[in-house]
Amino acid sequence: MSEQPQLLYKHRHVPGINTIDVWMAHGGYENFKKALAMEPDAVIEEVKVSGLRGRGGAGFPTHIKWNAVPKNRDVEHYLIINADEGEPGTAKDRDLMNGLPHLLVEGCLISMHAIRASKCYIYIRGEYIEPWKSVQKAINEAYEKGFCGKNVLGSGLDFDIYTHLGAGAYECGEESALMSSLMGERGMPRMKPPAAPLPMISGAWKRPSVVNNVETVSTLLPIIELGGAKYAEIGYGSPRSRGTKLFSISGHVEKPGVYEIVLGTPFSEVLELCGGVRKGHTLKTYIPGGSSMGFAPPTPLDYPFDYEGIPANTKTLGLGSGGLIVFDETTPIVPITQRLVDFYHHESCGKCTPCREGLNWLHKIYGRIVAGAGKESDIDLIWDICDSIRGKSFCALGEGAIWPVMTSLLLFRDEYLAYIRGGKDAMTDLTTIGL
Amino acid sequence: MSKFTEKDKARLDELISRYPTKKAALLPSLWVAQEVYGGWLPLEAMDEVAQHLELPTADVQGVATFYTMYNKEPRGQHAIEICHNVSCMVLGAEQLIQHCERKLGVSATGETTADGVFTLARVECLGACCNAPAVQVGGTYYENVTAEQMDALLEKLKSAPSEVVTPPQSAMPEMRKF
Ligand SMILES: Cc1cc2nc3c(=O)[nH]c(=O)nc-3n(C[C@H](O)[C@H](O)[C@H](O)COP(=O)(O)O)c2cc1C
Ligand code: SF4
Ligand code: FES
Repeated sequence: MSEQPQLLYKHRHVPGINTIDVWMAHGGYENFKKALAMEPDAVIEEVKVSGLRGRGGAGFPTHIKWNAVPKNRDVEHYLIINADEGEPGTAKDRDLMNGLPHLLVEGCLISMHAIRASKCYIYIRGEYIEPWKSVQKAINEAYEKGFCGKNVLGSGLDFDIYTHLGAGAYECGEESALMSSLMGERGMPRMKPPAAPLPMISGAWKRPSVVNNVETVSTLLPIIELGGAKYAEIGYGSPRSRGTKLFSISGHVEKPGVYEIVLGTPFSEVLELCGGVRKGHTLKTYIPGGSSMGFAPPTPLDYPFDYEGIPANTKTLGLGSGGLIVFDETTPIVPITQRLVDFYHHESCGKCTPCREGLNWLHKIYGRIVAGAGKESDIDLIWDICDSIRGKSFCALGEGAIWPVMTSLLLFRDEYLAYIRGGKDAMTDLTTIGL
Repeated sequence: MSKFTEKDKARLDELISRYPTKKAALLPSLWVAQEVYGGWLPLEAMDEVAQHLELPTADVQGVATFYTMYNKEPRGQHAIEICHNVSCMVLGAEQLIQHCERKLGVSATGETTADGVFTLARVECLGACCNAPAVQVGGTYYENVTAEQMDALLEKLKSAPSEVVTPPQSAMPEMRKF
């Protein structure tokens, strides 16, 4: 098995690494100092060379976003950190904030310098009280040491970081909804370019704003440390998927957990790293990158696990947020898909019709199938409803909601039919799942 | 009747100072209000926030009702929230939920026990999928929870004070600390 270099998790197991003294004893804030001595555009150039893509779900190249920010300081620029992590199966940002809060804080400072921002808001989902305390404590320590505040390290620049607690809405992870929520409004998404200006030009409070994921900005530390070119050498898959990425691996594996994995590692090795499918069981299916990416077939397993490598025939969109959920042969696919449908139905913000009505309809159909009153025609109906949401929802929540549904139909149509034909008796008693 | 003390109002002022607009302090202010009002947001609480932030009350209500973690009704002393999403589901979340329902005699739809001690609810992914099944009580997570551990936890919580979420302290040196 190939060696997995640990860049983000290098110091994960050092006792007390969440405190600034231990962090600094291990080279903490040196990368910030190094970046601060560089011109902002030189930092962006390193990020460009590194090939860094956003770790929050969409995989959009970070430097393109950053370069779109005006290069002056006439108005305040904002860095907004997306720590809303609500995608079922995704648990990496929480792990990072709990264990390595200074990695995030230092990453924020480097990003703020690059995009010429003097204020940063870390938007943390409401459930994450422990990570929030952990991050706030790290920010407080950074202020005490002079890495935050006015005229930081004599640079003449001000860097203020605040935490902002959400209050329970998955939709707030979407970047325009997140900015609405930050501004004290309902977390509903807004018009996107070209119909509206780029958030990098007119975002929160109509000022230049960049929204980045927790892991994205944390990855700046190894990029600054190694240099963009050296960082880009890490990774064995596509030239467009470089470096390492955190994956939260859950479900039916021997050693679930958050793993730092080189992009492009063969998927079979990823499975081996977490101990494989639990003993005595076989792989039925898996969700490669958080629930809105849908189910993948159990073969092939030797493809490169990165943004480009996921087999096209799975019809999934890719790595997403890095939430790998593994299901063995005991998993009943219909109730699992129902749970995801109900999740998206519950979290739909209700702004646009295809998502609001379509998911409500799917919710009803799944309810009836699981209650033993499904009809064979329901299968085609489900497909048609998904088709009418695909590409027509206002934001990516609607789009994400249909992938688990469509892929489950593609892969497990027989199981749906057996459930429908067998009526209630064919249904799996949910309380037996997991035994 | 106003419940906000001068100290509470000063806390709101500190929150307001973090943002370019007063309105932006709404979510954190609602957290403060929920703490002051004992874990939920009656209309008066929203009114007080509206007054302090100089916003129409309707705006505050509209926002408060959008977010599931602002409680519109009083809850028990301890809210037991069990994740029922897929990673937890395949590792026994349903059994755990039914176990608690039997034990407490309430449905996990947010019902509160007759003695007012526990509210039981199933919730969506808590972001602890690798340690499923996951449970949250107040601001604390419990992971890889078995039925036995759940029993022990319920026993322990019976005599414990409830945990209320308190918005964080900013460390900006020029800001007052509370
Ligand atoms: C419904 C929905 C939920 C999302 N949730 C998150 C989230 O919890 N965390 C996150 O970083 N990005 C989330 N995103 C993606 C963000 O909109 C955005 O692309 C990302 O934060 C950009 O950061 P990055 O470029 O650093 O990845 C979500 C998107 C959608 C449509
Ligand atoms: S797709 Fe769904 S969540 Fe997104 S705007 Fe439409 S209704 Fe809201
Ligand atoms: S699915 Fe239960 S914590 Fe994520």
